[in-house]
Amino acid sequence: MSPASYPRPSASLHAELLANGVLSMAVVGHLDAHTTASLWRDSMRELDRHPTNKVVIDASQIAYCDGAGIALLQGLRLRLANARGTLEIHSLPSSVQHMMDLYGEVLPNTSILKGTERTSLVESTGRASLNLMQDVHSLITFIGALSYALLLAIRHPSRVKWKDVGLTAELVGVNALPIVALIGFLLGLIMGFQSAIPMRRFGADLYVAHLLGLSVIRELGPLITAIILAGRSGSAFAAELGSMKVNEEIDALRTMGLEPIPFLAVPRVVATVLMTPLLTVFASLFALIGGLIVMQSLGFTLMTYVDALQSVIRPGDLLGGWIKSFAFGLVVAGIGCMRGLQTKSGASAVGQSATKAVVSGLILIAVVDGIFAIIYYSLGL
Amino acid sequence: MQEAVIEVEHLTAVYDDALILNDISCEVYRGEIFGILGGSGSGKSTLLKHMIGLYTPAAGRILIDGQDLIKAEGDARNRILKGIGVTYQQGALFGSLTLLENVRLPLEEFTNLPPDALDLLALMKLKLVGLETSSQKMPSELSGGMRKRAAIARAMALDPQIMFLDEPSAGLDPITAAELDDLILRLARSLRMTFVIVTHELASIYAIVDRVIMLDKRSKSIMAIGPPAELRDHATDAWVRQFFHREAASEASG
Repeated sequence: MSPASYPRPSASLHAELLANGVLSMAVVGHLDAHTTASLWRDSMRELDRHPTNKVVIDASQIAYCDGAGIALLQGLRLRLANARGTLEIHSLPSSVQHMMDLYGEVLPNTSILKGTERTSLVESTGRASLNLMQDVHSLITFIGALSYALLLAIRHPSRVKWKDVGLTAELVGVNALPIVALIGFLLGLIMGFQSAIPMRRFGADLYVAHLLGLSVIRELGPLITAIILAGRSGSAFAAELGSMKVNEEIDALRTMGLEPIPFLAVPRVVATVLMTPLLTVFASLFALIGGLIVMQSLGFTLMTYVDALQSVIRPGDLLGGWIKSFAFGLVVAGIGCMRGLQTKSGASAVGQSATKAVVSGLILIAVVDGIFAIIYYSLGL
Repeated sequence: MQEAVIEVEHLTAVYDDALILNDISCEVYRGEIFGILGGSGSGKSTLLKHMIGLYTPAAGRILIDGQDLIKAEGDARNRILKGIGVTYQQGALFGSLTLLENVRLPLEEFTNLPPDALDLLALMKLKLVGLETSSQKMPSELSGGMRKRAAIARAMALDPQIMFLDEPSAGLDPITAAELDDLILRLARSLRMTFVIVTHELASIYAIVDRVIMLDKRSKSIMAIGPPAELRDHATDAWVRQFFHREAASEASG
């Protein structure tokens, strides 16, 4: 009787169109999920071939029937009911009748059996715009709430959870140092080499130092650090807070009277804002070391390189790049926390939040960078 | 003569050098509702997880329909696994799928039924647990009790012969818990399905469970095994009687 027993049980269907227009089907054998698959197709094909509104099933030779077999009988009944026909089942064994009674009748107008409705282009465009608006709205709300919480933290520094800030600073800053240094070093090395080749043709290879120094200090150092942080820490914040949201830990905090933004977001944002400029310094430093290796291979000495750098980099450039990195840190950490707190529910939602945190983090880094470029330009920096 | 579907032979379980179960032997008969009882930390869930092959025994073996699940491989293992259904304490529904899709998933993976048949069969299973009107909802939109019932519907998708339920009625209101008990009883009696249930609910135990095994937290072995009413009235172990009576007393007064 067990479906696991050998040899594999079988079932068959014998259909016959009677003279009075009634389709008679005899179901024989062992109806389980495997045998029913072919019976389902056979019986539906018979119904396609002989469109009739009365079907009689001879069930007397059903040896075994589980849920799948009952689904077959129900499926036939539903199909005939939709076509205003009737299904009669004759001599159903009592064990199968038991199963039928247990499952009851599925109503013919059950929505799922009608198939899914396709949404029109207009509808999906509308939904997408609405989602975008809601997204912008929640971003503005979050920025407001976070700014308020940060202002409070500045006014009452003792209320900030400095222990959490320290732990986060270690994760975001200290632990990120090797990757930031490596990427910075490679950036300097590659940029140096690639620019040295054409510049050497014009005998201008000393200016590799100028090019590298200015672009790294003003732009690329802060930018590359922010991008690494968005991928490394922004996503981690989103995943961490997202899991907390899914596990109702955020709700638990709220009911204890601890608001998630001051309690969870502020320490992370403060730690990231403090660490990003430091990491930027290291990224720029290692990029310049990468450039030094290129310059030395071109035959210049360390002194010449440092001299060239000093002549081109003004204090304003250093300060500009540095201030920008504070803003990048704020954006990356803020977006990470926001996406985490917006997580809906379920394991996949946590993944989506992490992805969104990185994507919106990168977009906002670009936007902020653009804003700073305009400000610096108008200030003449 | 009762036919044993699960045979636990001298099972010893060790977790991180700590002894969890010590030399447990018992049998579960076809069509019965078998309860696993014991205080917190007595190894109830560990015994259940050994029965379904999630954990490998440190010593001893477990036979399901005469076959050792741990030693079985490939097709043979899949056949045994298809014959058992399991629900977990938290439901373990897939959060990104609707209820219907949750129930449909095992059917889709292990049978070649056409799509409408899959939908209908999944819907029938949901109807069995009273959730046919919630078939398009996501697990996150459901109450805890509904999630547990949905998990039972999913575990039953492939018409298993044996069902393992880890605290099915914990956290349910008494009416829903009674409905769940009723469902389990109907399935066991009319379909001859075998149930192994980890539970704390004395009401359920007296209402539906045929035999219980009681695990001892201190000795890590079997404290008592038998029909619950018999253990309550005639157990030789004072602690077992006390367990049943004290809880029964608090239940009556509460």
